[in-house]
Amino acid sequence: MLDYTTLKIIWWLLVGVLLVGFAIMDGHDMGVGTLLPFVGKNDDERRVVINTVGPHWDGNQVWFITGGGAIFAAWPLVYATAFSGFYWAMLAVLWALFFRPVGFDYRSKIHNARWRSTWDWGLFVGGAVPPLIFGVAFGNLLQGVPFSLDNNLVSYYSGSFWALLNPFALLCGVVSSAMITMQGGVYLAHRTEGRIQLRSMMLAGYAAWVMVAAFVLAGLWLRFGHIDGYVITSSVDAAALPDPLAKTVARSAEGWWQNYRAQPMLWLLPGLAICGALLATWLVQSGRTLRAFITSSLSILGVIGTAGAAMFPFVMPSSIQPNASLTVWDSVSSHLTLQLMFFATLIFMPLIIFYTSWAYHVMRGKVTVADIQANSHQAY
Amino acid sequence: MISHELVDLSRLQFAATAMYHFLFVPLTLGMVWLLVIMESVYVMTGKLIWKDMTRFWGKLFGINFALGVTTGITMEFQFGTNWAYYSHYVGDIFGAPLAIEGLMAFFLESTFIGLFFFGWDKLSKPKHLMVTLLMAIGTNLSALWILIANGWMQNPVGAEFNWHTMRMEMTNFWDILMNPDAQVKFVHTVSAGYVTGAMFVLSISSWYLLKKRNVEFAKRSFSVAAAFGLAASASVIVLGDESGYTVGEAQQTKMAAIEAMWETKPAPAGLTLLAGINEAEHKNNWEIEMPYVMGIIGTRSLSKTIPGIDEIKAKNRERILNGIPAVVALEQLRADRNNSEAEATLKAHIHDLGFGLLLKRYTDKVAEATPAMIAQAVDDTVPRVAPMFWSFRIMVGLGFAMLALFALAMWSSLKGCFTEKLWLLKWAVLMLPMPWIAAELGWFVAEYGRQPWTIYGVLPTHLSVSTLSPASLYGSLIGFVGFYTVLLVVELYLMVKFARQGPGSLGTGRYDQEVHA
Repeated sequence: MLDYTTLKIIWWLLVGVLLVGFAIMDGHDMGVGTLLPFVGKNDDERRVVINTVGPHWDGNQVWFITGGGAIFAAWPLVYATAFSGFYWAMLAVLWALFFRPVGFDYRSKIHNARWRSTWDWGLFVGGAVPPLIFGVAFGNLLQGVPFSLDNNLVSYYSGSFWALLNPFALLCGVVSSAMITMQGGVYLAHRTEGRIQLRSMMLAGYAAWVMVAAFVLAGLWLRFGHIDGYVITSSVDAAALPDPLAKTVARSAEGWWQNYRAQPMLWLLPGLAICGALLATWLVQSGRTLRAFITSSLSILGVIGTAGAAMFPFVMPSSIQPNASLTVWDSVSSHLTLQLMFFATLIFMPLIIFYTSWAYHVMRGKVTVADIQANSHQAY
Repeated sequence: MISHELVDLSRLQFAATAMYHFLFVPLTLGMVWLLVIMESVYVMTGKLIWKDMTRFWGKLFGINFALGVTTGITMEFQFGTNWAYYSHYVGDIFGAPLAIEGLMAFFLESTFIGLFFFGWDKLSKPKHLMVTLLMAIGTNLSALWILIANGWMQNPVGAEFNWHTMRMEMTNFWDILMNPDAQVKFVHTVSAGYVTGAMFVLSISSWYLLKKRNVEFAKRSFSVAAAFGLAASASVIVLGDESGYTVGEAQQTKMAAIEAMWETKPAPAGLTLLAGINEAEHKNNWEIEMPYVMGIIGTRSLSKTIPGIDEIKAKNRERILNGIPAVVALEQLRADRNNSEAEATLKAHIHDLGFGLLLKRYTDKVAEATPAMIAQAVDDTVPRVAPMFWSFRIMVGLGFAMLALFALAMWSSLKGCFTEKLWLLKWAVLMLPMPWIAAELGWFVAEYGRQPWTIYGVLPTHLSVSTLSPASLYGSLIGFVGFYTVLLVVELYLMVKFARQGPGSLGTGRYDQEVHA
C-alpha cells in the first residue's frame, strides 16, 4: 500500500507520461497530417504519406483518449474545470479530430479528385489544429486561467475563447505545432523514400529550428516579460484530504523558477528539448532516420517536462481566485482510486507498449508508390 | 440557481450525441464476431471465399467503425465540457472504469484494427486470425467498462459521500465491478449488438440472393448470420428479462413506469400488455393484462409485491423531507469545517442527501422549500409513464419479431431451401433497420427512466451540468447537429455504394460487378 503523498506524485508523473506518450505517438501521425498537403504533390504520393500511418493512427489516438480518461480518474476536478472552462477550445479540438477517422478510412474509397482533396484538407485540419490548441492551452495554464470555485466546488469560468489567444499563448502554440510537425516529418523520412523523403527531411529540419527558436523565446518571455508564476504561501500537507480551498496562493515573478533554483538538475529538461531537436535535424539529414525519431521524441519529453517542472505542484492556477488554484495535492482522487488506477496502469502499460511495437514491427519498411498501386483496393 | 434552459440544452446535447454514437456501436460489437467466425472457417478450410467474406464484410465494418470512433471521442469529452459538476462529484468512481476502458480495451481494438485491414499480406493466416480475435475482444471489453460505469449511475454501489472533498468516493471497487445492474446491462447490450451485426449481414445477403448476384457468397453469409442471429436474439430476450428482475430502486421506479403500474398490485402482479395511459389522473383507462407474469419477472417469486408509482412517490416524499436537514447541515459544514453538530446531522441523514438536493431545482434555500416545491420534487422522481411504456413495448415487440426471423432463417438454412423462399428474403431485407430502432429505444428507457437523476439517489441531473451560458450550448448543439448530419450522409452514401457493389469491390476477379482501378 503506497501512501497518499507518493501516489499523488506518481499520478503527476503518470499524467506526464501519458501526455508525452500522446505527443510522441499521436504526435507523429498528427505531424504527418499537417505535412500531408506539402509533402505529397500528387494522389499517389499523398496515399504513400497517409499509408505510413494508416495502420497506426487509431491506436495512437488512444493515447489521447486514455490521457483524458486518466485525468478524469486521477484529477477529476482538473478534468471538470479545464474541459468546461476551455469549452470552445475543447470543441475545436474535438471537431478537428472528427476529420481523422473518416478522412483516413473514406478518402481513397472514391475515385474523385475533389472528394480526395477535401479529405486531405480534413486530415490537415485534424493533424494541425489539436497540437496548436494544446500549445495555446499550456500557454494559458502558465499565465493562470480565469476560473473560480464556490464553496461546493462548482467551477465558474469567466474568460472568453478569444482571450485564450493572447500573444504568449500563441507563441506556446507555435512551439507545440512546430514540435509535432518535426515529429511527423522525421517519421515520414523514416517510412518513405525518394522525393517524399527529401521533402520530409527538409520540412522536419525547418520545424525543428522553429520549435527551438520559439521555445527559447517563450522561456525568455517568461523570465523577463512580466509573466508571474504562482506559489503556495500556506503550509502544505501533501497527505491531507484534497481540498483546493484550504490553501493560500500568491502570484510571484519567481513562481515558475523556484523548482529550477531548488533542483538545478531540472535544467537538463530544457537542454534535452533543444539538443534533441537539433540532433534530430542533423540525424535526419544524414539519413539516420530512426535515431532522428528517437532524439525528436526525447525533445518532446524535454519540452513537456520543462513546462511541467516549472509549474509543479500547480496544474491549473487560477488568475482570479489564486487560492482556488488546482494542484497535485488538492485536486486528486481518493487514495483508493489513485492506488487502483496505478496498478491498472502498471499492468496494462507494458502490454500496450509490447503490442504496439509488434504492430509497427509487422508493418515495418518503406511505403512506396509501387505498394500503393499494387494494393489500390486495400490501402487508404 | 442553475437555469432550466441550460439543463435542458445540456441534456438534449448529450442525448443527441449519445444516441447518434449508438447508431454505430452495436454494429461494431456484432460484426467483429461474424468476422472472427468467417475468418476461422477460412483458416480451417483454406477456402478463399471465406477470406473474401471476411474482407468484404470487414470493409463495411470499417466504414461503420470510423464513425463509431469519431462519435465516441465526443462522449468522453462531454462529461468534462458539459457535465463538469458531475465529473467532479463522481469522477473518483466514474473516471476509473473510463480510464481502464482506454488502457484495456481501446488500445487493443484500435491497434489491432489497423493490422486487421493492413496485415493480410504481412501476417500468416493464424496470426491474422489472432489479430481479428484480439480486435473483437477489445471492442467487447470497451462495452464492458462503459457499461460498468453506466451501471453505477443506475445503482451506485461501493461508494460513499465525503463532505471534506464534497464528492462521492470509491469504497469498494469489487462491488462496482460486480454491480448486478452493470453485469446484466453488459450482456444485454452486447447481445443486442450481436443481433445488429447478424441482421446487417442477413439483410444484405438476402438482397444479393433476391438479385441473384454473388449467390455462393451470399448463401454462406446468410447461414452464418442466421445461426449467430438466432443465438444472439434469444439471449437478448432472456437477458433483457434478467434486467427486469428488480435489483435496485432505480430499476423499481423504471419498472413501475414501464408497466404503468400506478398502484401496488397484490402479488403476483399481472403483466400489462397494452393500456390507455391517463397521466393526469394516475390511472389506465383500459388495459390488457396477462395474469401473474409481471410478478414472476419482477421478483422471481409469487408472493412479493412490486411497488406501484403512488407507493414509490410516497416513499420518495419521506426521503426528500429527510434529505432537507442533510443539505442544510452540509451547507453549514462547508461554511464552518469544525461544526460538529452539523456533521452529526449530516451523518444521520446522509442516505437521503441526494433526495434533499432534488429541491435545488426549485430553490437555493432548501430549508425554506414550500410544500408546493416539495410536491413538485416528489412528482419529478418518477419519469413520465407514456414514453416509457410505449418505448419499452416497441423494443420488446421488435425483439420477438427478430427472433422469429432468425429462427425461420436458421430453419430454412438447415434445410438448404432459403434461396427459393422469396418472402423470407424480402422480410429479411425489410427488417434491416429494426435492431437500431430497438437499441435506441432501449437506451431511451434506461436513461430517460433514470431521471431526475444522473446518479440514482445521489446526484440530480440539474446539479450535474457545467456553468455555461445557454448561448454556448445553442452554438455547440448547432455545431454537433451540422457535423453529424454531414458525416451521416457521407457514411450512408459509402455504405450503400459498397453494399450495392458487393464483394466485387474487393477487386479479386472472382465476383460480379468487379471494379477495375
